[in-house]
Amino acid sequence: MDEVKLFGFWASPFSQRVIWALKLKGVNYEYIEEDIPNNKSNLLLHYNPVHKKVPVLVHGGKAIVESSVILEYIDEVWPQNPLLPNDPYERSVVRFWAKFIDEKTRPMWEFLDKFGEEQEKAISKNFEILKTIEENIGLEEKKFFGGDKIGVADLIFGWVIDILVAQEEVVGVKFIKADTFPRLHAWMKNFGEEPTIKNNVPDHNIIVDYLKKRRQSFRISAHP
Amino acid sequence: MAEEVKLFGTWGSPFSRRVEIALELKGVPFEYIEENVSDHKLKSPLLLKYNPIHKKVPVLLHNGKPILESLIILEYIDETWKQNPILPQDPHERALARFWAKFIDDKVNPPVWRALLGSGDEREKAMEEVKEGLETLERVLNGKKFFGGETIGMLDIAANFIAFWLRVVQEFSGLEFLTPDKCPALTKWCDEFVSCDVVKEHLPPREKLIAFTKNWLSGNGWTD
Repeated sequence: MDEVKLFGFWASPFSQRVIWALKLKGVNYEYIEEDIPNNKSNLLLHYNPVHKKVPVLVHGGKAIVESSVILEYIDEVWPQNPLLPNDPYERSVVRFWAKFIDEKTRPMWEFLDKFGEEQEKAISKNFEILKTIEENIGLEEKKFFGGDKIGVADLIFGWVIDILVAQEEVVGVKFIKADTFPRLHAWMKNFGEEPTIKNNVPDHNIIVDYLKKRRQSFRISAHP
Repeated sequence: MAEEVKLFGTWGSPFSRRVEIALELKGVPFEYIEENVSDHKLKSPLLLKYNPIHKKVPVLLHNGKPILESLIILEYIDETWKQNPILPQDPHERALARFWAKFIDDKVNPPVWRALLGSGDEREKAMEEVKEGLETLERVLNGKKFFGGETIGMLDIAANFIAFWLRVVQEFSGLEFLTPDKCPALTKWCDEFVSCDVVKEHLPPREKLIAFTKNWLSGNGWTD
């Protein structure tokens, strides 16, 4: 049995997706916590020289890098509890949404790091992004983005249940409410209640604390 | 059973041309629909119906179902038509192909346009990014004839931008992205790639692309 290692960071949404995938498939792995951003280990830099980022999965000594690529790899190597449908067309739809969510939700972090008018704009933009997902992803027909089981697109959006919720508390804004985003709201409940997910999220207060410090450091650099 | 395969594309787009190459490689007959991408108002209602979110080409239509995003389409094509596989069998090799294809789209393609559009420091910075990206890919090629080995694979197809578009921009602008002294194998790869039977019919006419790009640079918009 080849050894599986994961280099990650506890507060990283990208890292978290991979942990969830490995847990959902019951894959045993060694976890190495990286001190991001300032003190990355030599091993991490060795395995990911191009981007120097987490997460990095190392399987039998070979490195796989980029969370979306890692998720596909995990699904191919450990086929139990599949994260992608069997049908090629259905797979392409899930991949489309996984990519869309991955790319479009990245700037959603900005509202935490900005102030004043810039922050308002960032908050506004977040509502727009969520609206596009709410209206197009077809959740009215299914429990999760991929169907009735959790799949890659769900794992990629999953950061909203813990990290976004913590960010919202730090800033004092709420995005996904039952009346404004009914489908996403229902999805959050379904996703968050899955035992594997529920048991593998960092403590809310610890995330809030970390994000408060992060926001503070941005405040200092914005207003020296 | 007659399968209906249609491709909505545009002559000048590397993303669109990738899909043509893959279909050609697999010997899949298809109907091609040229889209006017310069003006949203001129895009066909069918394109807007099949890709309402991005409103972009390429869109592959297979038996009435749309598949979007060139790399996702390539995966779909490989899963649907099994002859002449474009992705490797081994999961780690597949992960590498996916990683490097994404790398080209995220790290090599955008700075080429930034270098072309920019000036001074911005241009210098963008050029450095492109050159670094190309030198990395030189190492990835590692003396092979193609990224896929003896025959072209998904990563070669994804790198079509480098083999043709980047070199065309280089020739008419004088911006030296790819040089044989820094990237001898990659330079050779470019020539091999564009000479492949399945590729050469699926490159834009060179002069037309130059005129088009120059027109765009002078601020006339992306018009035909």
